Amino acid sequence: MHPTDFTLAGALAALNEGAISAEELTRAHVAAVEALNPKLNAFITTTSEQALEAARASDARRKRGEAGPLEGIPLAIKDLFCTEAVRTTAGSKILGNFIPPYESTVTAQLKRDGAVFLGKANLDEFAMGSSNLTSAYGGVLNPWQRKNDPAARLVPGGSSGGSAAAVAARMALGATGTDTGGSIRQPAAFCGITGIKPTYGRCSRFGIVAFASSLDQAGPFARTVEDCAILLRSMAGHDPKDSTSANQPVPDFAAACARSVKGLRIGVPREYRLDGMPAEIEKLWRQGLDWLRDAGAEIVDISLPHTKYALPTYYIVAPAEASSNLARYDGVRFGLRVAEKDSDLRDLYERTRAEGFGAEVRRRIMIGTYVLSAGYYDAYYLKAQKIRALIAGDFDAAWAKVDAIVTPATPSAAFAEGENTDDPVKMYLNDVFTVTANLAGLPGLALPTGLDHQGLPLGLQVIGRAFDEETVFAVGAALERAADFKAVPAMRAGA
Amino acid sequence: MSYTIEGESGPWELVIGLEVHAQVTSNAKLFSGAATAFGAEPNAQVSFIDAGFPGMLPVINRECMAQAVRTGLGLNAKVNLWSRFDRKNYFYADLPQGYQISQYAHPIIGEGAIDIELADGSTKTIGITRLHLEQDAGKSQHDQHPTKSFIDLNRSGVALMEIVSEPDMRSPEEAGAYLTKLRQIMRYLGTCDGNMDEGSMRADVNVSVRKAGEDFRTRCEVKNVNSIRFVMQAVEAEARRQIEVWESGGTVDQETRLFDTGRGITRSMRSKEDAHDYRYFPDPDLPPLVIDAAFVESLKAALPELPDQRRARYVRDYGITPYDAHVLTLERETAAYYETVAKGRDAKQAANWVMGDLFAAINRTKTSIAEPPVSAADLGALLDLMADGTLSGKLAKEVFEAMVETGRAPGAIVEERGLKQVTDTGAIEAVIDQVLAANADKVAEYKSGKDKLFGFFVGQTMKAMQGKGNPALVNDVLKQKLS
Repeated sequence: MHPTDFTLAGALAALNEGAISAEELTRAHVAAVEALNPKLNAFITTTSEQALEAARASDARRKRGEAGPLEGIPLAIKDLFCTEAVRTTAGSKILGNFIPPYESTVTAQLKRDGAVFLGKANLDEFAMGSSNLTSAYGGVLNPWQRKNDPAARLVPGGSSGGSAAAVAARMALGATGTDTGGSIRQPAAFCGITGIKPTYGRCSRFGIVAFASSLDQAGPFARTVEDCAILLRSMAGHDPKDSTSANQPVPDFAAACARSVKGLRIGVPREYRLDGMPAEIEKLWRQGLDWLRDAGAEIVDISLPHTKYALPTYYIVAPAEASSNLARYDGVRFGLRVAEKDSDLRDLYERTRAEGFGAEVRRRIMIGTYVLSAGYYDAYYLKAQKIRALIAGDFDAAWAKVDAIVTPATPSAAFAEGENTDDPVKMYLNDVFTVTANLAGLPGLALPTGLDHQGLPLGLQVIGRAFDEETVFAVGAALERAADFKAVPAMRAGA
Repeated sequence: MSYTIEGESGPWELVIGLEVHAQVTSNAKLFSGAATAFGAEPNAQVSFIDAGFPGMLPVINRECMAQAVRTGLGLNAKVNLWSRFDRKNYFYADLPQGYQISQYAHPIIGEGAIDIELADGSTKTIGITRLHLEQDAGKSQHDQHPTKSFIDLNRSGVALMEIVSEPDMRSPEEAGAYLTKLRQIMRYLGTCDGNMDEGSMRADVNVSVRKAGEDFRTRCEVKNVNSIRFVMQAVEAEARRQIEVWESGGTVDQETRLFDTGRGITRSMRSKEDAHDYRYFPDPDLPPLVIDAAFVESLKAALPELPDQRRARYVRDYGITPYDAHVLTLERETAAYYETVAKGRDAKQAANWVMGDLFAAINRTKTSIAEPPVSAADLGALLDLMADGTLSGKLAKEVFEAMVETGRAPGAIVEERGLKQVTDTGAIEAVIDQVLAANADKVAEYKSGKDKLFGFFVGQTMKAMQGKGNPALVNDVLKQKLS
């Protein structure tokens, strides 16, 4: 077996048995990155030398009997996580020269547990996008191809497009992502892999470049549900440096993957049945519910009545917070500075921010500034906060009846570059199934359960109660076992 | 008689409200662990949080929150167990995050009131609208380079309490008395050092004028005034400007102004139209600040005695006048000094010495009550020497001056200079006999009814004794001998 074909759990077993060294495992992945990245552009920055060095150090630790839970596992890190001494761009020109003097809590914990970082994965600029096309470092190619149109350049989804493409193409065993409105789950679905956005507060946001603070949450990508569970255990945990981080014990998520779903009540929200939804997505959803019923779960129709307001609410709250969070990129202390010889402060701001930010980021800053302005605050921001509370209330009511909710992950399979890009609102519709979990702070997992007529992966989403990722993993693992998804992308290491 | 300014159209009343920014006394900043000491090298006390680096998050400093609660209790104000931090968004080079974190909508402290003391001995209650916590910005320096501005972020993130008063003040004196009282309370509590020259306390002054019986007219805000004296001057200067505007047929526009201390006038800084839209919204990085009622009670129980309580105690227990009690409690250090001197002694006499000779000596030697020229223990010992008759009041003054000069204890000075008062009646009689013998003509005049000569004999006797005769005994013996 080619080392890049290991699952993360399989690689850990092989490393434990001595069947492979961390150096060999990393070398195979470094080679995959070097071979595929020129085509896929999944990484903005590769750190091959540091990765090999880290792998050798990992082998030494294992030899000393000091192996951590992720000892020697090569990962891709979304370029939104600050990594000490390694350039962190957030996909933006404005941070093109930014080398953080500190490490994010999540990546520090992954390192603590023995993980090896292959590089910084591409993403939509400041995580704003659903296609990875807003990145200042170019789009990412989805490693999957349409059967009857293999030349079409498919997007990997976004914003964590580079992370998802890297894992799908076997350039990494797993990756970190962040999810503000679907930025883990949508690219996971588009790339035929698994990703989870945990409960808000489960992973520390310290050291992650902020997009929308009340919605942003880090989570893992991998090719199996269990692999995600293993990664999440290392990423999660209370962090005193993040006031919104939850002081909750971190359970053994991987163990939950083996739990039976027998007797679990699975909710099917009727509001997620959209007009004009492709029949194959509807079919995939029914199929998933059938599998769970077969495994002993009870399927329950539920209503989440405020669902239709979720997208507009999201596109007020997220830009509002972003407009404030991105004010610090002003050319004064770090990052890009654009100034003429006679620039005053205002001119410096205008030039730096006009040149440093791309069109989508500028659009969202303007929307956010508008909805917070005097005279509009009540009509937009305050109203959105109230609706957000109603959406959370919908879920609270649902949890009285069900233990988990299953929906499609996305309204379509991966689209091609150029599609959906003429109209920002059409692009925003990609998040229709995923934003609700962010607004309510709930865990949501996406996993591939089938292919569309073009041979492209389609995914389902499992939403759970706050801090009940274990049930989410159990339901996801049951779906995974039933779906037995074996399809692989056209572009991948070893292919 | 209330304070007014006389204009061409008659008298004008003043309406004044103050917003005071008081730096919280704490070792670390409001949301970062960086230090807060005054006078450090530029940018030496800056964390990545204070510099607004990507991914950095605020975490509230519990001690700063406790200090705000203590201050609220000291202002007799309501402590809000639920409060929240908002973001105030604006761009400036010394505001690294692009927003200031401030409790705009839900302050930690609500309504309260304090009593101020006025020169005529009266007191007046001034309402407190609110107190909220916020972070300070950095400092722009425009005078270091011909074309560049320098930024010092040492202050960035330092915890401030913004204390807003009701528009209850009616004269410059009241504004000054309010600031004095506020500073006194915070110094007693140890929540703000009140050093206005170091910027740890600054005031925004809201002023309007009106005719008697009118509602409020438009007010102007004079920003960032940094001494009590300047606040009083700014109030008057701004009131006079507004009166002139009204009386020349104009209208006062609501605007922000600056006080030019050199010329003693206020200048326009920005009009209402230019006012920023700060786009306040709840800071999503900080959950609401929820305080336990028991925590507030524990802070309350541990509060030190406050100025008003102490003043009342001095009047009650020491029997001194309310005015003396007011002066002696103005500074915590003065009160502590006074109590040391007064303990077990004549409290009125102690008050006279502290407020008279000691204050004069402090002024003359340019020292302070914190580092006094004569220690409280030594002054107490001096009072003891008077009480036991060792020193007369006159000699005590001499000894005190020697104490100021040499820093030595009174006993040592008395010993060394032989200043001990003579209380031996025999010795005094001997001297008096000599004096009377040498002035037989004056004795005859006295006996023929010239009573005023008694003072002459006292003077001659004291002179002969180099001032060391016990005045009471000298009087007694003289009276006896001359009768």
